[in-house]
Amino acid sequence: MSAVEFRNIDIVFGADQKGALRLIDEGRTRDEILKATGAVLGAAGVSLSIERGEICVLMGLSGSGKSTILRAINRLNEVARGAVLVEHKGAMIDVARCDEATLRDIRMNTVSMVFQQFGLLPWRTVRDNVGFGLELRGTPAAERRRIVDEKLAMVGLTNWAEKYTNELSGGMQQRVGLARAFATDADILLMDEPFSALDPLIRDKLQDELLDLQRRIHKTIVFVSHDLDEALKLGNKIAIMEGGRIVQAGTAEDILLRPANAYVAEFVKHMNPLNVLRGTAVMRPAASLPRQGDQVVLDKSGRVKVTVDAQGRPIALDLDGRVGRLATADGEAGRIDDRLAFEADCIVAPVDLKLRAAIELKRHTDLPILLVDNLGCLAGLCDDDEIYRGLLRRLDG
Amino acid sequence: MYDWLTEHKIPLGIWLRDFVDLLTTHGQSVFDFISLVLGGLIGGFTAALLWVPPLLLIAIFALVAWLVHRSVGLVVFILGALLLVTNLGYWQATMETLSLVFCATFVCVVVGVPIGIAAAHRPWLYTGIRPILDLMQTIPTFVYLIPTLVLFGLGAVPGLISTVIFSIPAPIRLTHLGISSVPPALYEAGKAFGATKTQLLFKVELPHALPTIMAGITQCIMLSLSMVVIAALVGADGLGKPVVRALNSVNIAMGFEAGLAIVVLAIVLDRVCKRPERRSRKG
Ligand SMILES: Nc1ncnc2c1ncn2[C@@H]1O[C@H](COP(=O)(O)OP(=O)(O)OP(=O)(O)O)[C@@H](O)[C@H]1O
Ligand SMILES: [Mg+2]
Repeated sequence: MSAVEFRNIDIVFGADQKGALRLIDEGRTRDEILKATGAVLGAAGVSLSIERGEICVLMGLSGSGKSTILRAINRLNEVARGAVLVEHKGAMIDVARCDEATLRDIRMNTVSMVFQQFGLLPWRTVRDNVGFGLELRGTPAAERRRIVDEKLAMVGLTNWAEKYTNELSGGMQQRVGLARAFATDADILLMDEPFSALDPLIRDKLQDELLDLQRRIHKTIVFVSHDLDEALKLGNKIAIMEGGRIVQAGTAEDILLRPANAYVAEFVKHMNPLNVLRGTAVMRPAASLPRQGDQVVLDKSGRVKVTVDAQGRPIALDLDGRVGRLATADGEAGRIDDRLAFEADCIVAPVDLKLRAAIELKRHTDLPILLVDNLGCLAGLCDDDEIYRGLLRRLDG
Repeated sequence: MYDWLTEHKIPLGIWLRDFVDLLTTHGQSVFDFISLVLGGLIGGFTAALLWVPPLLLIAIFALVAWLVHRSVGLVVFILGALLLVTNLGYWQATMETLSLVFCATFVCVVVGVPIGIAAAHRPWLYTGIRPILDLMQTIPTFVYLIPTLVLFGLGAVPGLISTVIFSIPAPIRLTHLGISSVPPALYEAGKAFGATKTQLLFKVELPHALPTIMAGITQCIMLSLSMVVIAALVGADGLGKPVVRALNSVNIAMGFEAGLAIVVLAIVLDRVCKRPERRSRKG
């Protein structure tokens, strides 16, 4: 079930909303609309659904409308047309049209936000900043204190509780921002370039901390970034925007392998494929491997064969008549027990194995890798040949 | 042409006089009521200040200054200044003036700060009141002294009203400035966490504007003090009285002493009202 869903929304800044909408319908660009009506097109025809527990990264060049649609989720921006559905207390509420009381309820309990320039109140201490949302909600002081202490510990600022925010470094201030957003225990977090104002080392650290937190608390996070590496690192889903429109949304691999247009292709050109591509992108599919009865031939000379059962699961290895051993590698990172690997003749790994992990495995064990899907059925083969060819194909574009 | 112009004088002054007449005939009870309330306020406050023995009150002032500012120099200065005033024989007049200044500032804050807030929220309102504020500060005081005299009679109340008219633009302007300079990012932070309009006002706007509003209040105090002599002209008690009397009798000695007492009071108020340096806070 999706936690946030944009249904065909248009956002227009300026007085002549009607005129601008008409031009949007005619498919005009932002510049044309600005010239004709004086209104700025913020977003046009945006549809996107963000699943519960997902980190969705909105990407695009400056001015492409990332912040604009993000801020429609808690109605800091008004939507001219379309619906913004947010899961609130078990129902999907259209934030664009709900009444004031519901909106306030959503802002207090369901959606919270982290700002690029932190948005902390300088006359309050760290503790009172973190407790700000709870205070607005009317949480009793004792409980507020308990929650705030908990969140301060979570972001590692316990010793700084009584300081004023301008006594803190940028990285610490943004941790305060994170703690404030987490304090209301909202299910949906909006983050508008939260780490852009920070230097690269701190940024990297906070990204790791965010991922770590996410593994524990499973929020739905909508994250704006114009940094490709950040998007790849954090995002389960990436939406690329251009001129107020979403040009492509999908997993990083999707976007890398099948860019929707030249703008996206340009965007992902400098992306490091090793971290993004998975086994599936390079493997030779099981269906294209030669078969002999219940055996699948793995090498050119036909001496190495794997026996599969009725469901297609690899059960035994045949090395030119000798019985070989299979060793299993786990997870997308392809973790494997060293002793097992040493004694094995072939590795079985999950199909979503990262390409980087596949290469590591190859280098480490020099064994062919069989990829199996999540039911354990043979999906394909990933050996030197496949890896090299896959990489070359990427580099050639 | 010139003759025609001068012969057909527009009766502006007459109109205003008629307007004031209208107010006195129909609104007298309202003005009486205002007069009663403000007179009571000043009278009560003055009586309270004079009820305390002077030396005790001086000690209390010094103590408060110490608690707020923690500065030995300031405390010594205040003690010296107030003892000097007492020695010159102007203790009572100083307290009457202090009372007038505080009451005027009180009225200015109670009326001015809400107006400033309202103006900051409604640009059209500020456009509307700005010329009025300019007028209130530039028009010679004597001009509105006369109608206030007519409406409120002789005494402390017309003095207070004139003082308020002169000083209230400061808190209005500075409140407006403080509130309208709240960074949009802070508004958004408030809204994003579900703040209502009232919560935005009390938890975001006012705290942000507080230093500016305090500066407005300090200014208001000083402006009020600069009105003591004028207030004395319509019969308000205080340090203005001896100055006026000295002027009428060309009494250099008395004029100097009373003037010195006013200056001393001004410096004391200014120093005490200055915001204490906040520890380790930039901005
Ligand atoms: N409040 C506003 N009033 C008028 N125009 C606005 C407003 N907010 C955004 N815009 C316009 O909408 C367009 C999209 O802005 P937006 O802030 O969403 O860009 P962005 O993708 O977040 O860019 P950046 O990476 O620079 O933050 C811009 O052309 C901007 O000028
Ligand atoms: Mg932005």
